Amino acid sequence: MNSVLQYALYLIILVVLSIPLGRYISKVMDGERVFLSAVLAPCERGLYRLLRVDSKENMGWKTYAGCALAFSAVSLAVLMLILRFQNLLPWNPEGVGGMSWPLAFNTAVSFITNTNWQAYSGEVALSNFSQALGLTVQNFVSAGVGIAVLFAIVRGFIRVSANGIGNFWSDLTRAVLYILLPVCLVMSVVLVGLGVPQSLGGSTTVDLLEPIAVDADGSVLVNAEIDTAHGTVTVDGQTVNGAQIVTQQQVPLFPQASQVAPKQVGTNGGGVLGNNSAHPFENPNPASNMIQMLSILLIPVALCFSFGRSIKDKKQGIAIFLAMLVLLVAALGVIAYSEQAATPQLAQDGAVNIIAGNGNIGGNMEGKETRFGIASSSAWAAFTTAASNGSVNSMHDSYTPIGGMMPMLLMQLGEVIFGGVGCGLYGMLGFVLLTVFIAGLMVGRTPEYLGKKIGPKEMRMAVLVCLATPIAILLGSGIAALVPATADSLNNGGAHGLSELLYAYSSCGGNNGSAFAGFNANTPFLNISLGLIMLFARFVPMTTTLCIAGSMAQKKKVASGAGTLSTCNAMFVFLLILIVLIIGALSFFPALSLGPIAEFTQMIGIG
Amino acid sequence: MSENRKSAMTDRSMVSRAVKDAFLKLDPREQVKNPVMFLVYLSAVLTTILFVLSLAGVSDGVASSGFILSIAVILWLTSLFSNFAEAIAEGRGKAQADSLRASKRDVTAHKLEDAADRARFTDISGALLKKGDYFLVRTGEQIAADGEVVDGAASVDESAITGESAPVIREAGGDRSAVTGGTTVLSDWLVVRVTQEAGQSFMDKMIAMVEGANRKKTPNEIALQILLVALSLIFVLVTASLFSYSQFSADQAGIVNPTSVVWLVALLICLAPTTIGALLSAIGIAGMSRLNQANVLAMSGRAIEAAGDVDVLLLDKTGTITLGNRQAAAFLPVAGCSEKELADAAQLSSLADETPEGRSIVVLAKENFGIRGRELADQNLQFIPFTAQTRMSGVDYAGGEIRKGAAEAVRSYVENSGGKYSAACAQLVDQVSRQGGTPLVVAKNHKVLGVIYLKDIIKDGVKEKFADLRKMGIKTIMITGDNPVTAAAIAAEAGVDDFLAEATPETKLETIRSYQAQGHLVAMTGDGTNDAPALAQADVAVAMNSGTQAAKEAGNMVDLDSSPTKLIDIVRIGKQLLMTRGSLTTFSIANDIAKYFAIIPAIFMSLYPGLGVLNIMGLQSPSSAILSALIYNALIIVALIPLALKGVKYQEVPAAKLLKHNLLVYGLGGIIVPFIAIKGIDLIVAPILGAF
Repeated sequence: MNSVLQYALYLIILVVLSIPLGRYISKVMDGERVFLSAVLAPCERGLYRLLRVDSKENMGWKTYAGCALAFSAVSLAVLMLILRFQNLLPWNPEGVGGMSWPLAFNTAVSFITNTNWQAYSGEVALSNFSQALGLTVQNFVSAGVGIAVLFAIVRGFIRVSANGIGNFWSDLTRAVLYILLPVCLVMSVVLVGLGVPQSLGGSTTVDLLEPIAVDADGSVLVNAEIDTAHGTVTVDGQTVNGAQIVTQQQVPLFPQASQVAPKQVGTNGGGVLGNNSAHPFENPNPASNMIQMLSILLIPVALCFSFGRSIKDKKQGIAIFLAMLVLLVAALGVIAYSEQAATPQLAQDGAVNIIAGNGNIGGNMEGKETRFGIASSSAWAAFTTAASNGSVNSMHDSYTPIGGMMPMLLMQLGEVIFGGVGCGLYGMLGFVLLTVFIAGLMVGRTPEYLGKKIGPKEMRMAVLVCLATPIAILLGSGIAALVPATADSLNNGGAHGLSELLYAYSSCGGNNGSAFAGFNANTPFLNISLGLIMLFARFVPMTTTLCIAGSMAQKKKVASGAGTLSTCNAMFVFLLILIVLIIGALSFFPALSLGPIAEFTQMIGIG
Repeated sequence: MSENRKSAMTDRSMVSRAVKDAFLKLDPREQVKNPVMFLVYLSAVLTTILFVLSLAGVSDGVASSGFILSIAVILWLTSLFSNFAEAIAEGRGKAQADSLRASKRDVTAHKLEDAADRARFTDISGALLKKGDYFLVRTGEQIAADGEVVDGAASVDESAITGESAPVIREAGGDRSAVTGGTTVLSDWLVVRVTQEAGQSFMDKMIAMVEGANRKKTPNEIALQILLVALSLIFVLVTASLFSYSQFSADQAGIVNPTSVVWLVALLICLAPTTIGALLSAIGIAGMSRLNQANVLAMSGRAIEAAGDVDVLLLDKTGTITLGNRQAAAFLPVAGCSEKELADAAQLSSLADETPEGRSIVVLAKENFGIRGRELADQNLQFIPFTAQTRMSGVDYAGGEIRKGAAEAVRSYVENSGGKYSAACAQLVDQVSRQGGTPLVVAKNHKVLGVIYLKDIIKDGVKEKFADLRKMGIKTIMITGDNPVTAAAIAAEAGVDDFLAEATPETKLETIRSYQAQGHLVAMTGDGTNDAPALAQADVAVAMNSGTQAAKEAGNMVDLDSSPTKLIDIVRIGKQLLMTRGSLTTFSIANDIAKYFAIIPAIFMSLYPGLGVLNIMGLQSPSSAILSALIYNALIIVALIPLALKGVKYQEVPAAKLLKHNLLVYGLGGIIVPFIAIKGIDLIVAPILGAF
């Protein structure tokens, strides 16, 4: 009961914050004056002058898409070079070496596509320069591109017989300058206040409270008796040869708060440290946890309301918001229930109490931080995979079969349940078009959405928006499953092994970036194949969305009446949910039945 | 056309022709036009090859030769069923085209050198007539080509195209000047100028249209096909990746991959939207065919889809909303004149008036005052007919004259000769107009006697019809030449949403444009040449067959019955076509849920026995589960052919209600039906499989 209240509270705070933010974003992207204009408008104009951009140019969809793609391509090249040659660049107090080409490719793709899949561990693989000027920059602009494209399609819907869908440079600039930067600035300061480090000084060394001993291989010796005076280590009365006594620890310090904020706000998810937001530096306490968790979904939720305001029909935004919310709550419910119920195996014939009550939180605590517990971990898992964020505060690999299947499914649905900043909503609009198409026919009219008829061209593009993720995941994981080396990357065998593989490709195919811990993704094959999948899943829907925007803008607006399918009533919300689920279920039911579902049947003892 | 009204399904010869066509359509060039069914076709070929290979001893050791054969047979049947659906839908049109062809003989035309000289002509074959040539047609002869009457008047039997046996009058000038090649002159003669050469004639177009020879896919059909192809593509990936997952899982478990390629092919075909894929073109053809049965000829499939979208109907008042003729309802005398005196004058002036209005005046006079016919010859009567210029008719007789007509016309008639048109009369006129009637003012010897109240009779049931249309979001606009006051009264009585009074071709065009500018799609009917611009502007434009060539060319449909109410039927047929497509798509996709529950446990039970919990239908063996799902998949196509041809049930209710109804029937039904049907088929198939 207590945890239900906790979930409800999270959702209520989220919605209450996102309504005014949605209004603000809509104003910013529609070019209206906002309270920050006084400060930021001169900066904006200065930027345009500096970059020699004509912010007044009204671009057709091809130009718009060309700019978006070119911008991303340049970002990819620059970021790849930074990562490859970070050893030659400044701000590298630890002397970290350059990344290998495949890893640099994978990482650069991952950050420009707003995925933030990490086949490396930040504390040992990246310099401060790479973190701050490489990745953090992309955390802002990749999210900005998503917002820009969303508003391009908004203009497609509201403009009538027009060719232009806005200006990419101005959209990107405004999204970053007016929306992402101010929100992140506030959040970074709050996070520093809550104990997240912010330093360019590099790691520091601190004394351990008590020394520990490791053997020659570096493994910790359990129950060792350490004689610091003589430097000897004995275990069960026997001296261990070659044992080393450790009295100090290196603490990784980075400009962390400033990256954690955009990581969450821009649905990026790439942590500074390998353990992401499960690490006490990245996410020190329940307060920082709540702020980060809510900020994962803050802008994606707000954008639903922005959409409604910008197309001048708030109900449409609310309908999409409700469809997403219902799916989110359902997924959260299943995860929370599964994790709290845990598994018979965890109970170990009664040795472990998995029942909550009497001060015992019960449930499946494997892979979860005790300072967060089941509710905050489950909610985070649902939020981070609903939004294509991918940061984690617990290890999804250790979830129960069904509890772990839900995050996977949320990614496989195409990251449209709020989804990534901008891209989640424009992805959902693809599903809206599919829904409208089928339902519209059933009321005896050729389908239309927001007064715009859906013809063959829009349909071709809409199916690509909706199916890019399933195609990417099925194709990628299908090929990977046949590559013999893939088995070596697994942490577990059997059905759970397939889940690990499937999770990796779902995470990249959904541009999510979260990892089913345990899967070693840093191999040339996985780096390159996952990289290609991230590119496909990001840029195919983006380009096709812009194409829809262009073709919608050229169309006339059809009047709506009693004979038109309403796209803002409960029936439509229900249908939209159904279509999203059906496309997802039809695409992934076989795969999931060999992974988590098979694992589940084994867990309950019928396999 | 009446012989085609018989249901195609009951016609034995039509079915056998369709069966034959179903086999002919196995030509890969035909199959590739329908990508979803081409996938079935390829799968059938593939499984046949696998069967032959298995006979030669090449197999994966999972599926037996007999099993592969049965899969191949079912797949071929699936393909044939789809072809059959299309062939049977085409059947009706083909039969109709055959009967049209039979009536279209090559006739000899009397080609005139000079249109004015009917005596000099040369006989040539009708097929050789060029555009602009003149030819003569006489009693009993067939008209050789489409054209316009330039001289003469004749009664023409047009039953060859309209199916209507009553002859129509065709004459030079006016709106009845168009003649169609293939029709027959029953009496008198006509001189016709050729407007369409052989091969381009209305009859040729009609044959091509009903036969569907050059049927193009409509935009909506293409869009739907894109969705279906995309879904099929996903299912190809699903099944291909499933093979790879299965290999991976088997490797992990250290066993041989338990998945047979044949099984995956079966899964693929079950999942692919074959139901709607198989019936898609049949639905389109049948929609067209239903339109033909309503005696409407659409010039393109696009027009019929547009008909579903129409939300503003411009309806002519006369014939659609009111009965064609107005009837006299009352005699309203002005002060100083009795009602009987008025009735007497009115009756006398109307004796020779053969219009329905004129006759109704005589009838009313007889009913109210017993005024009967009189000896006309005695009184030296001279009747003055109605003309558009005078807008009056009447009678001159010894000792006086009577005139009746439109208020304005009579007023000037009276005032010109120094008479007085009283305010009381104007008031009466106004009163009649406000009640939706047409006032006819009667004057005797330049003195106004009173007003005849001609009442428009609203057709039975139109008010309810318009209310239904309104519920569906369709606005009805009444077009009338009446003045605004009269028009408003009739509009209110008939329950139309709006009206256009004192309509001219220009105001009609303007009205259509302004509705279109607001985003509406407008439909209208028209027959005159002056309707052509408005017809060309409207989204759905139905030209009456009785109308002029110009009107027919401007419209995108021709109503062979020339019935003004046809527009409402056309909208219904358009909506029904789209609804059928949507409903069967929903049904097809909803079916996949049950198919997954049949096939996934069947394939993977050997790998993960726990997956047996998914076998909620309790199917008896993996082979029987796969076969049952596939057999269901094939049979459902046949089962739905009648629905595809007839169209789903159409109701005039708001969109939300319609959606709810169709979702319940085809969505929920689509989920439940296959569970029951597959289980049923399994009960039959499993024992048969067990016997082998």
